Amino acid sequence: MDQHYNFAFLDERTKKHIRRALLKAVAVPGYQVPFGSREMPFAYGWGTGGVQITASIIGRSDVLKVIDQGADDTTNAVNIRRFFARTTGVTTTEKTREATLIQTRHRIPEAPLTESQTLVYQVPMPEPLSKLEPRRRETIKMHALSEYGLMHVRLYEDIAQLGAISHAYDYPVMVNERYLMSPSPIPKFDNPKMHMNPALQLFGAGREKRLYAIPPYTPVRSLDFEDHPFEVQRWDHACALCGASESYLDEMIVDDAGSRLFVCSDSDYCEERRDAGHVGTQQAVTLHDALATPADAITPTQQEAA
Amino acid sequence: MKPNVLLSARQVGKTFVHQGQPRWACRGVSFDLYPGEVLAVVGESGSGKSTLLRLLAARLACDEGSVHYDVRAESSEKSANESAGLVDLAELSEARLRWLARTDWGFVEQHARDGLRMNVSGGANVGERLMALGARHYGHLRSEASSWMQRVELDTGRMDDLPATYSGGMQQRLQIARNLVTHPRLVFMDEPTTGLDVSVQARLLDLLRELVDELQLAAVVVTHDLAVARLLAQRMLVMKDGQVVEQGLTDRVLDDPQHPYTQLLVSSVLTP
Repeated sequence: MDQHYNFAFLDERTKKHIRRALLKAVAVPGYQVPFGSREMPFAYGWGTGGVQITASIIGRSDVLKVIDQGADDTTNAVNIRRFFARTTGVTTTEKTREATLIQTRHRIPEAPLTESQTLVYQVPMPEPLSKLEPRRRETIKMHALSEYGLMHVRLYEDIAQLGAISHAYDYPVMVNERYLMSPSPIPKFDNPKMHMNPALQLFGAGREKRLYAIPPYTPVRSLDFEDHPFEVQRWDHACALCGASESYLDEMIVDDAGSRLFVCSDSDYCEERRDAGHVGTQQAVTLHDALATPADAITPTQQEAA
Repeated sequence: MKPNVLLSARQVGKTFVHQGQPRWACRGVSFDLYPGEVLAVVGESGSGKSTLLRLLAARLACDEGSVHYDVRAESSEKSANESAGLVDLAELSEARLRWLARTDWGFVEQHARDGLRMNVSGGANVGERLMALGARHYGHLRSEASSWMQRVELDTGRMDDLPATYSGGMQQRLQIARNLVTHPRLVFMDEPTTGLDVSVQARLLDLLRELVDELQLAAVVVTHDLAVARLLAQRMLVMKDGQVVEQGLTDRVLDDPQHPYTQLLVSSVLTP
């Protein structure tokens, strides 16, 4: 452990201030609490919000796991894990089940979380309404009065232009039937996992200086239309390494002919399954090339009879 | 039987501070508006017409006097049509005012761009108020949007196009459809035909007259065009320097103007 810094890099008063804001966030699920975000030793967009939350709540007995797009071994995950190992000396792990504190970017682990775990999200844009209503004052008012018709205007527009709700990530949710919340750029595949989750979920946006929370066992509903219900992504393939058909899959192009390898995005989940003896096909698949088909074979789906 | 007053202005006034001095933009305006009645407010630019309209629509707070409106009981209660009587708008909460502006009122802006959401399609613009009121069925929203677009004579094939690709007259009609979709009882219009060429103006006026008649809308129309007032309004107010100089039945005011300013206004109209 590096002795030149205070425990977990931030000074004690800052950590206390962030914990106080977190208490407010937990008390009002889904409400965006402003906080005095600090300059961190890395750039905005690399998880400054999540890191500040983790730094404020981490204790010496915590076991930390950091994931980026589900994987433990990508640049962002490795560096944040090393940052905390250096400034706190806590044990780090890649196993979801062993961790007490998980900082994540873009995924919720496949393994179910427990009451003794805390999940910290890195959030780029905390305001779900910002794309349609750029005035901050107005969005605050809309949250206060629960005026969320505008979010449905956006979903309507998706269906009208593209035939289906096209949000594949950062899919807006209603927390505790009161506050509209952006779940950070997790795939909508993970949205149902937030509903009634036993773990505490904390969200931090460093550049936007907001944090919010979903306390354990809070109802979280993804917005939809009655005749266009919310659906999660499904794949025609199973993981090539572990054979899992229920997990979120990454699609990797492995050669110039466009062959794809489908593998679990959650590297710990995949490894655990392989250790338990599950085996996938180990093969890349050649997909039917949609661009090679003649143009008249593609029928426009969203055009309705006027 | 005399119908209930819908909107009542009592000695309404508003000041703006100009070079450290308070200056009345409009003052002492009083009138009653009945359901289904159209009132035109005419006057030269800078006479306080638009300020008056914003006071009536509770977009600005009155500095003097008050505006009263016959607020309908909340939809959750059984008798939705039973009125709670005239209520001072200044006493309503902001949530209630916003609810009123979304359901029972419409506001047609002079520039359609101010009243439309330019980054979503025409259909979404029409459906926005319905979605704000909790409509969650895409098919229903769509058929409602298309029926309203037909009513305002818009091509339903342009439903999924952005309003920026519409012509000025189409944008104005889209704005009207978007406001009327919740069946409001009162519509405020700020120079609805300004900036459109004459033939489009005529069609729009025709449409407005039809809709007002068909839906039994009450309306307050601000305009500097006396022809618009003559066509649409039963009664009119003539404003000058923030004061109402003359008010009465439209035909009476235009055919027999009493105040020198109204006489000037009527005699300045060009006839080809």
